[in-house]
Amino acid sequence: MQTKDINENIAWAKINEDVLRSMENPRMGYWVAVVCCVAMVMCAVAAEIYQYQVGMGPANLNWPHMWDLYIATFVFWIGMSHSGTLLSAILHIIQADWRKPIYRFAEAMTTFSLMTAGLFPIIHLGRVWNMYWVLPYVSDRGIWPNFRSPLVWDAFAITTYLTSSALFLFIGMIPDLAICRDSARGWRQKLYTVLSLGWQGDDRQWRNFRKIYLLMACFLIPLAVSVHSIVSADFAMSIMPGWHITTFPPYFVAGALYSGCAAIITLFILLRYFFRFDEYMTIPILEKTCKLTFAIAMVWSYLNIIEFAATWYGHDMVAKELLIAKFVGPHAPYFWMMLFCGSVLPFTLAFEKLRRHLPTMFVVSLFLNLGMWLERWMIVTPTLSFSYMPFAWDVMWPSMVQWAIVFGSFGWFGLLFLVFVKVFPSVSMYEVKEMVFHRRHYHSSALANQFHRRASDPKPGDEPSKEGA
Amino acid sequence: MPIGLQAEPSLGVPGKKRWAMVIDLRRCIGCMACVCADKAEFDVPLGVWRTIVKVKDTGNYPNTKRHFMPRLCNHCDNPPCVRNCPTEATYKHEDGFVLQRYDRCITCRTCIAACPYNARHVLPKNRDRIKISGVIDKCTFCNHRVEKGLVPACVQTCLGRSRIFGDLNDPKSEVSRLVARNSTVVLKPEKGTQPQVYYIKPDRVMTEQIASHPVSYAARSDAHAFYQHNRGSKFFSGVL
Repeated sequence: MQTKDINENIAWAKINEDVLRSMENPRMGYWVAVVCCVAMVMCAVAAEIYQYQVGMGPANLNWPHMWDLYIATFVFWIGMSHSGTLLSAILHIIQADWRKPIYRFAEAMTTFSLMTAGLFPIIHLGRVWNMYWVLPYVSDRGIWPNFRSPLVWDAFAITTYLTSSALFLFIGMIPDLAICRDSARGWRQKLYTVLSLGWQGDDRQWRNFRKIYLLMACFLIPLAVSVHSIVSADFAMSIMPGWHITTFPPYFVAGALYSGCAAIITLFILLRYFFRFDEYMTIPILEKTCKLTFAIAMVWSYLNIIEFAATWYGHDMVAKELLIAKFVGPHAPYFWMMLFCGSVLPFTLAFEKLRRHLPTMFVVSLFLNLGMWLERWMIVTPTLSFSYMPFAWDVMWPSMVQWAIVFGSFGWFGLLFLVFVKVFPSVSMYEVKEMVFHRRHYHSSALANQFHRRASDPKPGDEPSKEGA
Repeated sequence: MPIGLQAEPSLGVPGKKRWAMVIDLRRCIGCMACVCADKAEFDVPLGVWRTIVKVKDTGNYPNTKRHFMPRLCNHCDNPPCVRNCPTEATYKHEDGFVLQRYDRCITCRTCIAACPYNARHVLPKNRDRIKISGVIDKCTFCNHRVEKGLVPACVQTCLGRSRIFGDLNDPKSEVSRLVARNSTVVLKPEKGTQPQVYYIKPDRVMTEQIASHPVSYAARSDAHAFYQHNRGSKFFSGVL
């Protein structure tokens, strides 16, 4: 049974070889996946063209269900984007070095899911061609957006977060791009030469690199928290039952981290299987991710209970009726499914045998994400179905246009990710080497003193723990 | 403080008008003439209304009663739709109207999400006779008629004289007298929106959501009927 996070005897040249190999010679399966993703995107494009020409009617987006799957899926993708920041920024700052082999693809996931999420508010607009009106651009008539509107905050938050997370992804990749540059030929060499920004790996460059990396990590953490709080403000700032809840920002952030971690587990297993990254994405690292996911799942469940209890004891008739409608009304199957996937299923993560079994974890992580998607849907739709005025109550099934666009968004995300894994290294080579180096010299007291100057490090001569953490 | 285009509430401000409506439910006979007048005035598309009269029957035969509840935009003094609109397409007029600038609307439907009265709707994109399409629309208190000295179309046609329109800042107007002499009710006052449509003697069954009980599901039957009719064909027809 594998207990160490990473094999200490792994040769550095082998790390380079393994990662660079994953970027070459796509096999048949890769092209099949690309074609599938393109087909999914085409579905969404066709639906969007239809919706653009005919109006929001065919998408069933009118009173009272004027926000439906688009906004739910938007929140879902924004949530997904929080995992990369969690792994690369928060775990970087608390110096959990097991994140090193897996943070690169998580960060890529952050950027791509933001790119997917950013499309949804645009698709959802009835007059798409005027979308730039929510931005404070300079116009000769001095017209500004309404700064009190949460949608405007959204626009600011998402563009800032997208820019910073893309920048963070790029900065973290520079040393690796230099490795790629040194071994690539043709168009790849040109691309990596430009992107590696003349990285030579000298002392000054490393010093500056560390500084900017830490700076970006510190900058991203409050940003990530604020982005999802602002997304929750879209709902919480209105006065609708089921949305007008004080705990919404932490609830959304917890849900975001949760779905992000679940997606990391999914992609972890896929990458490990298809690129044979067994030596880098090891079972103990998966276990640690699973434990983290379990902890966040419990936080999320707790916040759910708080929300129910606050509504129940608050005795706001309308909100209470909405809560009952969620439990026993027409949305009940999805609601219970969400509670099952979100709060009961994560208990599989608490058992070591299940955590170490990859197929189980793959299926469980997919279901966790399904639960989180349902959560967003259950936030958006029941409130619209059962709002203040009983005459406006209605239950509507989202139309095929909406489903097609939601379906296509997964294809779009997959396509971006597939391109990424073949063009950029999906495992951080230099950080894996760093990790191996640290682990290799773990037993040597002199070197431990020299390289580990943190208070939390074991003193020289201490017995290393069995986990190797 | 007004922000951007938004005017401050004019209720009680000397020299300014505060248009408001009183709906005297003792005189409403549920003839739906206001709904028709409104549909005719603005060519409101199928399935959505600027004003609508909700009907509810209570009691058991032979002791039954029919309740009416005319509904329209409340032209709140603290409108949540105005606060949430990202482009300031919807704004508060200095005379109290909450209006929609169609040119500026991007149809993000945030205002519909924010409105606790379900007073807003989306117009279809392709319309036969009217160019305003694909944007959010709402009751305007017939702003175009009021500015020319007329009353709104629904008030004009109300045959029981149940709907009364006027300037609340003018103590001699009929609405001021009615509000002063009768006990009036506004919808959802606890939401802090300060609505300016006053109801005289409404029935509790219509203004409040009745306790958490499956019986209240029946209240949606009327809206349900329409959507039931349209649901299957919506994907293909593109009719809102």
